[in-house]
Amino acid sequence: MVQLTSEMKRLVDSESGTVSREIFWNQDLYDQEMEQVFNRSWLFVGHESQIPNAGDYILGRMGEEAVIVSRGRDEKVHVFLNSCRHRGNRVCRYDQGNSFTHVCSFHGWTYDATGALVALPYHENGYDLMDKSQWGLLQARVEVFHGSIWATWDKSAPSFHEYLGGSDFYLATGLMHTDGSDNGAEVLGGVVKWRLGCNWKVPCPDTDTTHGWITHRSTALALGVGATGNPVRPREDRSISVGQTRSRYTVSFPEGHTMGVTIPEEGDPGWEESGTWNERPAVREYLREKFEERKKRLGLMAHLSVGPAIFPNEGWLGRVVRIMHPQGPAMTEIWTYFFVDKDAPQEVKTELANYYELYYGPGGVTQQDDMENWYALTIASKGPVAQKLDLNYQMRLSEPPLHGPTEFGMPGLFAHNYSDENHRRYYQRWAEVMQAKDWGEMAPTKAAAAKDDWMKNGNGR
Amino acid sequence: MADLLSHEELMLRLEIEDFLYMEADLLDEHRYEEWLDLLTHDVRYHAPMKRNVSSKEMDKELTREAVEMSWFDEGKDTLEKRVAQIRTGVHWAEEPLSRVTHFVSNVRLLDSGSDKVGAGEIRVKSRFLVHRNRLEDEDNTWIGNRIDTLRRVDGEWKISRREIYLDQNVLLSKNLTNFF
Ligand code: FES
Ligand SMILES: [Fe+2]
Repeated sequence: MVQLTSEMKRLVDSESGTVSREIFWNQDLYDQEMEQVFNRSWLFVGHESQIPNAGDYILGRMGEEAVIVSRGRDEKVHVFLNSCRHRGNRVCRYDQGNSFTHVCSFHGWTYDATGALVALPYHENGYDLMDKSQWGLLQARVEVFHGSIWATWDKSAPSFHEYLGGSDFYLATGLMHTDGSDNGAEVLGGVVKWRLGCNWKVPCPDTDTTHGWITHRSTALALGVGATGNPVRPREDRSISVGQTRSRYTVSFPEGHTMGVTIPEEGDPGWEESGTWNERPAVREYLREKFEERKKRLGLMAHLSVGPAIFPNEGWLGRVVRIMHPQGPAMTEIWTYFFVDKDAPQEVKTELANYYELYYGPGGVTQQDDMENWYALTIASKGPVAQKLDLNYQMRLSEPPLHGPTEFGMPGLFAHNYSDENHRRYYQRWAEVMQAKDWGEMAPTKAAAAKDDWMKNGNGR
Repeated sequence: MADLLSHEELMLRLEIEDFLYMEADLLDEHRYEEWLDLLTHDVRYHAPMKRNVSSKEMDKELTREAVEMSWFDEGKDTLEKRVAQIRTGVHWAEEPLSRVTHFVSNVRLLDSGSDKVGAGEIRVKSRFLVHRNRLEDEDNTWIGNRIDTLRRVDGEWKISRREIYLDQNVLLSKNLTNFF
């Protein structure tokens, strides 16, 4: 584990629960982030359902840079930098398509669906000494996790599984079919992309549970539902999260992954009082039916409700994945992927798309207000006086994570639902990664390895 | 060359233009409830996204209604909710209200002919330039075209369908809080 320098501790002080505003504005820190964080982390670049056939490709982003996510003739997923090795031109100019060749529009260097350089004009006589195999598009390491595609530039990075540090247990639940079977999810057509004037980290750490009642007050008042369409509960139920009938915790991992987790308990989700689903009965009945199958497959685990944010820039809201792509210290491009069950009836998919459009994305009644605040905090933190004032992440600072990983037999560090523990963990990890020379230094202290016990006790199946 | 417009067609176009300009006034003057009254009960309000695709595959440019994601896919119920949200006074993205101006131009009746004059429904295409200025210096412009279907209900024009084609791929504004 890396010892933070005093300068880094000034920026991120987990003991006193403060974070300097500089980390959201300073260009030097931003440049360092591109190297230390984005060039070394595992990053979400898409989902297999977007490229089902050989030759299919989509664009993705890794940090500020564009990558091509392509399925080769070998049926494998390849991720490579969308920048020609000749004179640096953008090779692919489409968001999606199917092609076994990508021809650069400058001089015609031609790459195949694995990124290899396969042809170039004047090759004979012109480039006699050139070894084409050395001049393919830059390859990223790729791992597919339950259909989701992750890539990293760092050859020395641990496997994605190790990188997840036990949070794979939670990440898998979002990528499953509703009935609990594997690989049953697909991304709806149309990745929603928009630009927002705030630092990329601002929307990243999950879960900011205390913002909902004020940020999203208008959604509750006008629509009679919480931020994601769940019913609004009376005040006295505050210890239980809005729309949840079971206890919910803030859960984090030393690797920087953060999430809200609902402890699984027997008993069905309240389908009848499920707020927005009552307006979408086809979805409600579909979910009700599939949940029975889910219980058969997963046992108690079927009741687990979680949306993990994977360090550094991936976040979940329900079955919605948001990626925060940096575009300079004070500009972020958010790409949002909306998941449905691949084999769900069209009616259900349509109603879900409709639900997503109403609540999420730039037009979403909920997210509009998030964006307003994220933008406003960026503007109001810019000045030299404001820059010197640290941000407060002290909620429940004196409480160490409430329950160790063994209390519930589930991985992760559990803290009170209303606490800043996830933010403290996220920024602590950010500081470590920013400073660490290599993955040896980045290795987190292992505190979350109880998953096996949980599975062994028969809870998982 | 297209046939010359008949007098009736010209008068109809003027009537429709006037309707669209009046609608823009209601939106820009924050008279949202009156604006809702211009929509039929079964209105569809749809704004697909535009993908960068090969010019040979332009059929894949627009995201498909009800099958893929869009910027907006609304019915009257959800539009009413959006208006109610603005009226709560705590919808921070519109508190205070943004200054919005709708420019509407290039108004043209589609599939119109003399026989369409007096018809119950008519399709009209227009261009829009919507400008939003907010708080001190936040400034956004959205440009595109719309295809509206207008229906005569009790002698008045109402919008029964609005298709909004925004000329952006990555949305270059932080959110979409206004109506097009
Ligand atoms: S820059 Fe791509 S072929 Fe020359
Ligand atoms: Fe929020």
